[in-house]
Amino acid sequence: MTRMNREATVRRLLEQSPPPVPPELHADAARRGARLLRRRTLARRAMWLLLLAVTVAFVVWALTVRPWVEPPSETTPPLTGW
Amino acid sequence: MRPRHASQDVRRAREFEAYVAGAGGRLLHTATLLTAEARDDNPRARRLLTLALAHTYACWDRLRGEDPYDHTRRYLATRFARGAWHRHGGLPRTRPHPGSPLARLTPRERLILVLRLHEGVAEEQTAALLGLPAERVRTVFHRAMATVLRPPPGPAPAVGGVEAEPS
Repeated sequence: MTRMNREATVRRLLEQSPPPVPPELHADAARRGARLLRRRTLARRAMWLLLLAVTVAFVVWALTVRPWVEPPSETTPPLTGW
Repeated sequence: MRPRHASQDVRRAREFEAYVAGAGGRLLHTATLLTAEARDDNPRARRLLTLALAHTYACWDRLRGEDPYDHTRRYLATRFARGAWHRHGGLPRTRPHPGSPLARLTPRERLILVLRLHEGVAEEQTAALLGLPAERVRTVFHRAMATVLRPPPGPAPAVGGVEAEPS
């Protein structure tokens, strides 16, 4: 049996008797798909909110602590000979 | 904002319904061949297909001209592969139904045979989809063909080796 013949035979074997499609297939898939979409939207929104909160917290911290200002010197040399 | 979203939802639902009506039968056939279940009793295939279709629905607005059938088929194949690979070694949860033409094959052989012959996916694409070398895909495909074409065996199948043994 040639290769083409063999493949045609197996293909015929596979293609016989397709299963009946259940009527609720589309509704089920659409329902689950919509749930997936909703969940993704929620997750995206939560990520943005988290990012926003972190940014705000950082700005507030930076404005109150002012880490770029040089701290006042704590090691003053002793004054002697006065 | 809301009306635009609503109209988009309606359009997506309509297009998706038409797509499932057109492609659902063929996809369910493919899924049933993969799980090697009987044509009238195929809960695993239905679950698999519903999941794949749900993912296609969720990605519908981002497909942008990509073939939704290809999307669903890819998800179906990778999902089935993941499930089958992970159970490898342990006992399979469900035994293949003896009425299925692919009942004597391992899950991986079924997957490759169905993708290559029933779905007509090229060898290189199958290999890329499953993350296997092309030579490996060819080997498994030929072995699966040999197993399917061999007349139904007596008690001990001889050619398929260890992997063809029903575990």
